[in-house]
Amino acid sequence: MLALADFLVVGAILFCVSVAGIFVNRKNIILLLMCIELMLLAVNLNFIAFSHFNRDIAGQVFVFFILTVAAAESAIGLAILVVLFRNRRSINVEDISTMHG
Amino acid sequence: MFEQLVFYAFAAGLLFAATMVITVRNPVHAVLFLVVAFFASAGLWMLLEAEFLAIALVLVYVGAVMVLFLFVVMMLDINVAALREGFSTYVPAAGIVAFLMLAAIGLVVGHQHFGLGAVPQPPAAAADYQNTAQIGRVLYTQYVLPFEVAAVLLLVAIISAIALTLRTTRQTKAPRPERQVQASRADRVRLVKMVAVKPEPDRIENP
Repeated sequence: MLALADFLVVGAILFCVSVAGIFVNRKNIILLLMCIELMLLAVNLNFIAFSHFNRDIAGQVFVFFILTVAAAESAIGLAILVVLFRNRRSINVEDISTMHG
Repeated sequence: MFEQLVFYAFAAGLLFAATMVITVRNPVHAVLFLVVAFFASAGLWMLLEAEFLAIALVLVYVGAVMVLFLFVVMMLDINVAALREGFSTYVPAAGIVAFLMLAAIGLVVGHQHFGLGAVPQPPAAAADYQNTAQIGRVLYTQYVLPFEVAAVLLLVAIISAIALTLRTTRQTKAPRPERQVQASRADRVRLVKMVAVKPEPDRIENP
């Protein structure tokens, strides 16, 4: 029988892998966006696992909204990326230092 | 037993695809591995009896968002070598941080707290249970306001994505609201004071 802990551990490993991905790909904005998608996926897995084991549909409704927000976020992120590449001919994070933040 | 085999297959596929996403050299391959990760995740959600979300993940994420990613990655001419430099220098730091996080999370979510003893398997759903109908019932009653807000959010995303990437100058004849609202009365109306002119009665000629 599968326990709730199995799914939570898979979600935790997935989350840590995507955090490591943000570290190692810290120059490539596209990879950073993809790592954020992976993180959201790990969180969604936790939500659905708890929703199933508690027999509460609210968790799945929440995942629905997270998917909506993530789709909007990646659409805007990619639009910003395209504008950035058009102006700079590069998507390297280190080239974006105009504001010296 | 069969359930466990399916679970381990999908979980292994998910974690393998996620590892490949962050390590592979070519960004196009990374996007394709992300697609694999979403498929495996949809399989896990199916195992958790969340059919609607599993299919929505495949249709919306793999079908729309990942294709958008693929479009952008292929459209941009990326110099991969420059982006990869320093990759190996960050691997130890990334490994340490990820391992520490995993150890900390593992202390909480392990089998001693969320095992079958603590959280038993839920009772099986009735034969006529429909996940989609169940979600729809609460989505359109209890969560109708968040639903509308999510719709507005998507509209904002559409408009902002178009507004960000639109670069042509306006070529059609259309009113420009930003200039219309800036117009003042002085630009449009000029009052002229002049003496009234009245024609002389004798100059009107009657035929």
